[in-house]
Amino acid sequence: MNGTRQYTDFFNDVRDTLYARSCDVMNAQREMALARFESLGFPTRKTERYKYTDAGLDFEPDYGIALSTLTDELPKYCHRICNAPIDVTPYYNSIADRNDAVVCLNTMLSVDTLLVYIPRNTRPEHPIQISNILKGDNDTMVNRRLLVVMEEGAEADIIITDHAVNDSRFLTNQVIEAFASENSHLNIYEIEETHLLCTRYSNVYIHESRNASVRHTSLSLFNGHTRNTCNVQLASEGSEVNLNGCVIADKMQRVDNNTRIEHLVPHCTSNELYKYVLDDSATGAFAGIVYVSEGAQKTSSAMTNANLCATDSARMYTQPMLEIYADDVKCSHGSTVGQLGEDALFYMMQRGIGIDEARLLLKSAFITEVVETIPLEPLRDRLHFQVDKRLRGELSKCEGCKLCK
Amino acid sequence: MLKIENLHASINGKEILKGVNLTIRDGEIHAIMGTNGAGKSTLSNVIVGNPMYEVTQGKITFNGHNLLDMKPDERANMGIFMSFQQPVEIPGVSMTNFMRAAVNARYKAQGREQLSAGDFLKLMREKRKIVELDTKLTSRSVNEGFSGGEKKRNEIFQMAMLEPEFCILDETDSGLDVDALRIVAEGFNKLRKPDTSAMVITHYVRLLDYLKPDVVSVMIDGRIVKTGDASLAEKIEKTGFDWIKEEVGL
Ligand SMILES: Nc1ncnc2c1ncn2[C@@H]1O[C@H](COP(=O)(O)OP(=O)(O)OP(=O)(O)O)[C@@H](O)[C@H]1O
Ligand SMILES: [Mg+2]
Repeated sequence: MNGTRQYTDFFNDVRDTLYARSCDVMNAQREMALARFESLGFPTRKTERYKYTDAGLDFEPDYGIALSTLTDELPKYCHRICNAPIDVTPYYNSIADRNDAVVCLNTMLSVDTLLVYIPRNTRPEHPIQISNILKGDNDTMVNRRLLVVMEEGAEADIIITDHAVNDSRFLTNQVIEAFASENSHLNIYEIEETHLLCTRYSNVYIHESRNASVRHTSLSLFNGHTRNTCNVQLASEGSEVNLNGCVIADKMQRVDNNTRIEHLVPHCTSNELYKYVLDDSATGAFAGIVYVSEGAQKTSSAMTNANLCATDSARMYTQPMLEIYADDVKCSHGSTVGQLGEDALFYMMQRGIGIDEARLLLKSAFITEVVETIPLEPLRDRLHFQVDKRLRGELSKCEGCKLCK
Repeated sequence: MLKIENLHASINGKEILKGVNLTIRDGEIHAIMGTNGAGKSTLSNVIVGNPMYEVTQGKITFNGHNLLDMKPDERANMGIFMSFQQPVEIPGVSMTNFMRAAVNARYKAQGREQLSAGDFLKLMREKRKIVELDTKLTSRSVNEGFSGGEKKRNEIFQMAMLEPEFCILDETDSGLDVDALRIVAEGFNKLRKPDTSAMVITHYVRLLDYLKPDVVSVMIDGRIVKTGDASLAEKIEKTGFDWIKEEVGL
């Protein structure tokens, strides 16, 4: 199979170590994942959801594979899965896609899982921040796994950041499964600020019960190759999801966001807003599907993908889709690809503003809309600042590192 | 201050300016009148360097500098300001951020120290008063959802902020109600320094009654065909352009 061999060989070599370091609930899934992975092979561009990203190519390089575990000392509400205060068997690997070879690879090779568990009617005083720091002199692959269990009426903000310290190549393969029980409210923010040699695959699965609401915001501020999916099941009436994303890419960076929202029952709401600013020879892709099953009446859904290509060599692929099997629904979807407005640029230059600053003001105005959707004020302010810095080419990784010169 | 010699310019391959000659002296208010489509806005845009227009022949000098070699922002930072006939809406860019960037650029070009955030806001307040521009407007995106008249008022507000030496007013009076016209015109006179020059494009004498032009030129079919004093404007308002056309054989 295309490039799967190095991973299955590795798995067979380290099988004993993996089983010993991990725990039953994860180990129980490994052999099945291996079998699926072997039979599926890496998705090719012919696979519908991988149309814009060549996974085989991204997983081809010879990475050292990290097999480390989490520390036992974790902040409140965070647990290693082996120390879980609840039975996680019903949750772990239950909504992740078993037909996605990249997800299976994660299930095969993940050693540990971070469990964020928010008990009934609890609301942590502070947001929970998870910083993933990629570090090491050798090219490294990391498989990481996050499980979020929100009990009834729980509320939480989870901020996940990706950084890379060294100029090595890194490949991250992340799987997140999140369960929002009745009346719970979950906000997940993912912010990537890595570098040009980082490849990120992230597959997020969200399951919502009655009157739950989940917001997932993904910000790709600096990266190499990134492919994110976000998959949501609105499985009980009154649930709501907001998926927002902001991408700033230039040089040869690539970002592919792929979303799937399933309205399985009546009276659920989904909103999506993804915006991209692409410069130089960057490539962006957005493919979103809203699926409304038979009987899911009174569904309300809006999906928008708006993009700005600042150069002729920047490429954007956009594919918003609706698949509707109910008749009493309100669904909209749309996408636009535009350039920087010549009239606006000239107007600003007539006021003495240089071309670079004028372009920056327009880009920033365009992307700000996504940051504005963030209800957590300190984070919102911080991200306005980060976005501005990024557009000015001043994000830390761009200043000193050898890669971005 | 400004000297235009045998200027030819075209848009999309179509020649609009067909040999314009025009001189505007220091402190001079120079009105330009002319038929619709004569090329008045084209001339303004060429002076400020709008890349949509192609200059095929001729020369523009501003205080001794060859303007045609300069970028639009460089021209602006030398003190050239145009009040647009149709100001552009820029959704998402706040008036404050926009003006801050513009004022910073102008100050830098003048070798002046940048304003602190506090001083900048103070300046905004001060200048807003001169043209009685509503606070609500300066807290919005640039021109977004402004009425026609509000946009024109906003242009003069920006002029007040940037203190140019040479202003082009391209039909700043159109869209303004009678009171607004007075406020804007009086604001302009207040802002004007003795050596500030202006090229004022208008179809009506009402604005000129306030601004008191030293010279009135008439543009028809891409050329300046007649020049006179303020009385020329009065005559045009009463009798139209036909007699001039006849005079010059158009
Ligand atoms: N983008 C364009 N493409 C083709 N022709 C254009 C374009 N823009 C302007 N023109 C033409 O150039 C000519 C001059 O236009 P301009 O706007 O300079 O006239 P004006 O003297 O300012 O008229 P008005 O008094 O109506 O404002 C007109 O015939 C107009 O149709
Ligand atoms: Mg005009």
